[in-house]
Amino acid sequence: MKRFRYFLFFGFYSALCISGLRAQDTLSVDTTRMYHIDEVSVSAKYHQTASIGSAQTLSGEALQQLNSHSVADALRYFSGVQIKDFGGIGGLKTVNIRSMGTNHVGVFYDGIELGNAQNGTIDLGKFSLDNMEAITVYNGEKSAVFQPAKDFGSSGSVYLQSKAPRFDDDKPYHVTATVKGGSFGTINPSLLWEQQLSSKMALSTSAEYLYTTGKYKFRYQTLGGYDTTAIRQNGDVNAVRAEVGLYGRVSEGSWRTKAYAYHSERGYPGAVVRGRFTHEDRQWDTNVFVQGSFQKSFGNVYSLMLKGKYAYDYLRYLADPNKDAGVMYVDNTYKQHEIYVSNANRWQIFPFWDMGLSVDFQWNKLDADLYDFAYPQRYALLGALATAFNFSHVKLHASVLGTFVRDHTLKSSANTKILKFTPSVFASYQPSHEVDLTLRAFFKQSMRLPTFNDLYYTFIGNASLKPENTTQYDIGITYNQPITHWFPMLSLQIDGYFNQVTDKIVATPTSNFFRWTMINLGYVEIWGSDIALQTTFAPIEPLTLNLRLAYTYQRARDLSDPTSDYYGGQIPYIPRHSGSVTFSGHYKTWDLNYSFIYTGERYDSSANIAANYIQPWYTHDLSLSKAFQWSKAGLKLTAEVNNLFNQQYEVVRCYPMPGINFRAIAQVTF
Amino acid sequence: MRKTITRIPLFFLTLAALSACRTDIIPTPSTPNQVDSATASGMSGFYLLNEGNMGSNKCTLDFFDYTSGIYTTNIFPSVNPQVVKELGDVGNDLQIYGNRLYAVVNCSNMVEVMDVQTARHIGAITIPNCRYITFANGKGYISSYAGEQTIDPNARLGYIAEFDTTTLQITREVTVGYQPEEMTIINGKLYVANSGGYRVPNYDTRVSVVDLETFTIVQHIEVAINLHRLRQDAHGNIYVTSRGDYNGVGANTYIIDSQTNRVCDSLGFAANDLCICGDSLYAIGVQWNASTGRNDISYTLYDIGTRAKKAGGFIADGSDTHIELPYSIAVNPQTREFIVTDAKNYVTPGTIYYYNADGTLKWHATTGDIPAHIAFVSQPTNIPL
Repeated sequence: MKRFRYFLFFGFYSALCISGLRAQDTLSVDTTRMYHIDEVSVSAKYHQTASIGSAQTLSGEALQQLNSHSVADALRYFSGVQIKDFGGIGGLKTVNIRSMGTNHVGVFYDGIELGNAQNGTIDLGKFSLDNMEAITVYNGEKSAVFQPAKDFGSSGSVYLQSKAPRFDDDKPYHVTATVKGGSFGTINPSLLWEQQLSSKMALSTSAEYLYTTGKYKFRYQTLGGYDTTAIRQNGDVNAVRAEVGLYGRVSEGSWRTKAYAYHSERGYPGAVVRGRFTHEDRQWDTNVFVQGSFQKSFGNVYSLMLKGKYAYDYLRYLADPNKDAGVMYVDNTYKQHEIYVSNANRWQIFPFWDMGLSVDFQWNKLDADLYDFAYPQRYALLGALATAFNFSHVKLHASVLGTFVRDHTLKSSANTKILKFTPSVFASYQPSHEVDLTLRAFFKQSMRLPTFNDLYYTFIGNASLKPENTTQYDIGITYNQPITHWFPMLSLQIDGYFNQVTDKIVATPTSNFFRWTMINLGYVEIWGSDIALQTTFAPIEPLTLNLRLAYTYQRARDLSDPTSDYYGGQIPYIPRHSGSVTFSGHYKTWDLNYSFIYTGERYDSSANIAANYIQPWYTHDLSLSKAFQWSKAGLKLTAEVNNLFNQQYEVVRCYPMPGINFRAIAQVTF
Repeated sequence: MRKTITRIPLFFLTLAALSACRTDIIPTPSTPNQVDSATASGMSGFYLLNEGNMGSNKCTLDFFDYTSGIYTTNIFPSVNPQVVKELGDVGNDLQIYGNRLYAVVNCSNMVEVMDVQTARHIGAITIPNCRYITFANGKGYISSYAGEQTIDPNARLGYIAEFDTTTLQITREVTVGYQPEEMTIINGKLYVANSGGYRVPNYDTRVSVVDLETFTIVQHIEVAINLHRLRQDAHGNIYVTSRGDYNGVGANTYIIDSQTNRVCDSLGFAANDLCICGDSLYAIGVQWNASTGRNDISYTLYDIGTRAKKAGGFIADGSDTHIELPYSIAVNPQTREFIVTDAKNYVTPGTIYYYNADGTLKWHATTGDIPAHIAFVSQPTNIPL
């Protein structure tokens, strides 16, 4: 039955796409094309060379219309990206690009990387979409010469760009007040206030509160066997976020600063296993950072960029055997400090030839009240040299990143020292200026450092771990073309790639999310293909239709141990097939959004046997919104239904996901 | 051009059609594997409990049938499809008493009780954080980490629960040391090894002695830190293993004389698992060696009568080189054939190696994840697969 519905829907929308209605061009500016997002919104003269690697962006209305609570939810719509989701609003959500692993993904917030030296993963479920302008995923790297050294350092990168104030109209201020609420006892009010302070300076403040009980029904059943329904417990979240940003312009340059604070208390819903459907573990987080960047051009030849950041992350985890007799008593506090400074320089030697040199320094420290703890500190110096040639039909980009890391711990024998150089080469070829068709290729090596947990966690840590390396080879095409007046935009991106992960450090969860058993899987090879298609139709004024399709094929094989019976097995939690369909229709003040996400069958172990099999899942989400406009104020009302067919599924074994759920949004702007 | 464009959605449609959809979830099927010819061994078969990783609900039960030579993995869901979420999360012990098979499932907070001949579910005894099980005089005894609550959550003592094997009802409880593990019963006294594993570095060091008549602690015997295994021989001696602190203090095996309740000897070798059969003590030792970055593995055969280790251990044909991470040892009490299980990397299925009494490999088979606990069956079996 479900199969039938699924094809019915698919067929319906496919039919819509290819139907030949006609009208005039109305290309929405928010359309999710693959284009470069300028990092600094109030930038002056300098325009960065567009990235020539493969990149995907969701921005503006297209981003806001997705039925998504968080950045992690939105990333499900990108090809080549897998999200590991432990379920619910509060559940941990981590991102994996092209099967190389969470630790190889760099997440940048307003141009500066978010760090977690402790376990190397960023919980993207904690980042709200509320004040997000754009999310961009780069494979390899954002191939620019003028960027900090760290931006060269990841195998894949996610750039989150918060809304920066723009004052196109006469008003010196904008205020957006939003209330979201719905299933799981969720209430989520937020406020964004943007104020123009002078012709060269603007202020943006945003604040958000989120509460959810995290309760939802889930059902486990087997054919001819058991059938049980229960309510997910201990998934509650209580979170506040506040941000202040100051944006300014100077002659031939710009600057911006941001202060960010987040605090939350949440329950860990835990694995649903026989005899134990509920858990009592709690976690408190406080994340604070201040960051600033400045960039300025000095004539046409030289540009300078400076960035700096201080971050403090506090985490307390409590497992109390007086509440849950099955657990060991844990009440641990982890405190991380990070200082980061970067200097990037760019020289335009000829109009077609750019050179970049950047140097970053980063210091990390982790304190934890653990027995026999090593109290690690890490000093990292990164230097990157990059060059780019922009010829009429050909673009070339090459860089080399040097990373020097020295750890200092209280256990002097365990001090890790790493020196490593990693190159990358990107090339693109556009055969004709008449057709926006580009052929691309890249080669990139990168590494991820063993995290503090990998190295120094009491008992589990292994101070002799080596960095984990990746080598990527990618060829692809990008095609952007308006077809006719009623079909104003078609954008297609196809990539084929081969990745190698060597010295792979693999973790498997034990009693709770961030205590892992380290195993060294050794060697993984990934053959894959990402396909993304975006189209806009404008059949009849004022109707606009957007369709976005993403498909990912990945064969990620564990080739660590040739003597193993499971040599060559697909690595855990990577489906061979996955994809999404997003359709939006815009008619006058009405917006309709439909999305479908498919994740194919997976195994939770490289032993691809029946006992480790995890069913495919696919969800249908629908939203409808209506905008009202008065002279200076606007109101937008949205209703959402997620997981329309109430599919009972798991992304991670024993972590059931929510069935059908609802959300309503009211947004006022003035 | 337009033709090409219109074909693109069709292309995706085709892709979607090729991708698999969900099907009804069937109980995980058992997998039979002919590994040996039918043999007479004095036993009808044995069950093997695979622990599975924490949070994965992959505790599984395998069965080997001597009368057919077939090794079958994961029999529980096929035999008991109605039991919600199968056998559970992290198996920790497997014992047979009378006509029943008892599987202690640690993270499911319960002991699964099955019919020994059919593996059919009879009932379950709920005991939070249960660890091991032993029996005497129609009563079962389960050790658990979760004793009475205390103001200091780190000071929670463990306990032993006594249950009636006919009604499966808890009859009495007694508080013992911190994080109690294996038990044995001699002369109306229950001995339990306390580990204190939750209290690093303040490990427990004692064996608690419980009088079964009064069900109170009569004595604590000081042994060494982080105690785990506890077995008796035919002469009234108790062998108790210390896991050490995985750092400076190494693992060791101690002997307690049950007449005096004193430690009378130490054997000087690690025993992650051991099995006593007659006067032969089989021990597997696995110790992490930080300087080589590998495990040091030992197979020790100790003669209880002569108090001497047999040179060369108990594997005679060099097949131990195939064993990545030996996890448990069991000896068929009738034939002295023995079993060594290999847990490998913990996240892929392990291997069972079945040896002739002379230490030559007879057969091997694939198990579930972390094959760990073995119980030989003397009754005829009839598992409805």
